[in-house]
Amino acid sequence: MKDKLFFILKRLGNSIITLFVLSFVIFSLLFLAPGDPARNLVGTRQATPELLESIRAQHYLDEPFLVQYARWLNGAFRLDFGTSIRAGADVATHVAPFAATTFQLVGMALFFSVIFGLSCGIIAAKNQGTLRDSFINVFALIGTSAPGFAVGLLLLYLLAFQLQLFPMFGSGTFMHLVLPAITLAFAISAMIIKITRQALLHEINTDYTTFMKARAISPIRITLAQLKNASPTILTSTGLVLAALFGSTVLVETIFSLPGLGNLLASSVTFRDVPVVQFIALIMAVIICLTSALVDILVYLLNPQAVRVSTSNLEHAGLLKGRKK
Amino acid sequence: MKQLPISVILSGIFLFIIALWVLLPHVFAPHALSQNLELSNLPPGTDGHWLGTDTLGRDVMQLLIAGSRSALVGPIAIALGSLLIGLTFGNLAGWFGGWIDRIISAYADLTLSMPSMLLAIAAAGIIGGGYWVSVFIMIILYSPTDVRLVRAAVLQQKSKPYIESTLLMKLKPFHILTKHIFPNISSIVFVNFFLNIAYGLVSMSSLSFLGLGVGPGDADWGRQLSDGRQYLFENPSLAIGAGLLIILTAVSINVIGNYATEREELDNLRGKRTKRL
Repeated sequence: MKDKLFFILKRLGNSIITLFVLSFVIFSLLFLAPGDPARNLVGTRQATPELLESIRAQHYLDEPFLVQYARWLNGAFRLDFGTSIRAGADVATHVAPFAATTFQLVGMALFFSVIFGLSCGIIAAKNQGTLRDSFINVFALIGTSAPGFAVGLLLLYLLAFQLQLFPMFGSGTFMHLVLPAITLAFAISAMIIKITRQALLHEINTDYTTFMKARAISPIRITLAQLKNASPTILTSTGLVLAALFGSTVLVETIFSLPGLGNLLASSVTFRDVPVVQFIALIMAVIICLTSALVDILVYLLNPQAVRVSTSNLEHAGLLKGRKK
Repeated sequence: MKQLPISVILSGIFLFIIALWVLLPHVFAPHALSQNLELSNLPPGTDGHWLGTDTLGRDVMQLLIAGSRSALVGPIAIALGSLLIGLTFGNLAGWFGGWIDRIISAYADLTLSMPSMLLAIAAAGIIGGGYWVSVFIMIILYSPTDVRLVRAAVLQQKSKPYIESTLLMKLKPFHILTKHIFPNISSIVFVNFFLNIAYGLVSMSSLSFLGLGVGPGDADWGRQLSDGRQYLFENPSLAIGAGLLIILTAVSINVIGNYATEREELDNLRGKRTKRL
């Protein structure tokens, strides 16, 4: 019990440190932008001396860097990120409607990839060395190495333009989300396939499998037992998958012109709308860090010994790199 | 020596062609950027322009060939920079251990737990400065994986008897690391370098696609994909061609890299078995 509490606190502590450093980097973005921060915050408005003065006062730009950071962080806790340069509105109210689209998209993509990835991974492992296995492996290879926006463009051209199965651009209905979700799921399910296949192959080569087979226990029950034992490894990958998922929403939403957080981030970045960029980057970072911490804790509670083993498995499968997408 | 699988041979041939495009652009695409507005938006299959032309009347085939250069030079620079940082700090952490190791490992863990693509987009966009700033940001985000890899490989070698004999010979650490340990870990390091080019290609073309890499109108696969998206329905060859080239190059590099990794592991297993006998 004491070990468990210690692990949970340590894992959460790690996330908080990471988030702290991240928030510092994100805050510094305003000062890394070329030019005077006050002028950058003015944006397209007429830069009169009075306006510049009021912005300096509003953002405390004349105070020391660390004091400004402390004020900014304090505001961030109350979701106060100032006003958007482009929209002129409060950042949090401006961003909120975009978040809904992204969460629906991510939820749908996660649903597709877990179902498709798990079943393909199981089929591949159970039929190791057959044509079916190599077919799934080729799919997983393409999915993990090809960038989502390129895949998305091909799907858009083939399924929406040539075959007219889906609406092209825009948003609002369920069907508008399906193709982007499939694009996201393409890469994510490939990662899940790789992990599931490897974890199951490991279980198939164990003594208990041989023993269960010898006792003529039904193949379905054997598979269920193997899945249960492989579950920590598969679950740990979900944390990585989520990080990759949020990273690729930026590209996929841009390809499909979906009004989501990623699309807003991409357009705000080109517009140098620093407060919006800071807000979106921080929200996504918080979500990614906290979910991966929760997954790690869940895996630990399920099986305290698995944590070390499963991370090394992931590294072995080359998937720690996968999150860079 | 077993025969190479067909997928590895095909990937090799494909990458060889791409390498020629990168190295000899004036041979394969001499007129890539020459515009001719009278010939704009020609459909694929036109005489002399068999992939058609873009809105500025530039030949799509030549544009795609010319785009290989900025699509791949950046990723190679990323892999190289990341390799150098990985070797320097990985060797330091693995060999000396102690507080040096603790600081370097803590830094690597911290960077690895960050959402790197998100950070890269935000930073590259706000800082501006284009292609080489993006390359620099990607090197910072890629290097921790390489540091960890080299550190782990050095630790593995350190426990072997030949290192003990070099220590008895009172050789300097630098000499041991470069002349004795490096040859034994070089294959893993180089396979990783090679795979990093594929990841770099994906990251850099993603940034270029968002308009954060090369400038507008420059020949670059990621940029061409986003430019070509605007007239996807008049002439899809630019966007689709750039997309396919990115996918095929990334997959080819992965096919060869994975094959090399698997062979390395098989060799290791065989080595262990003979030792046990």
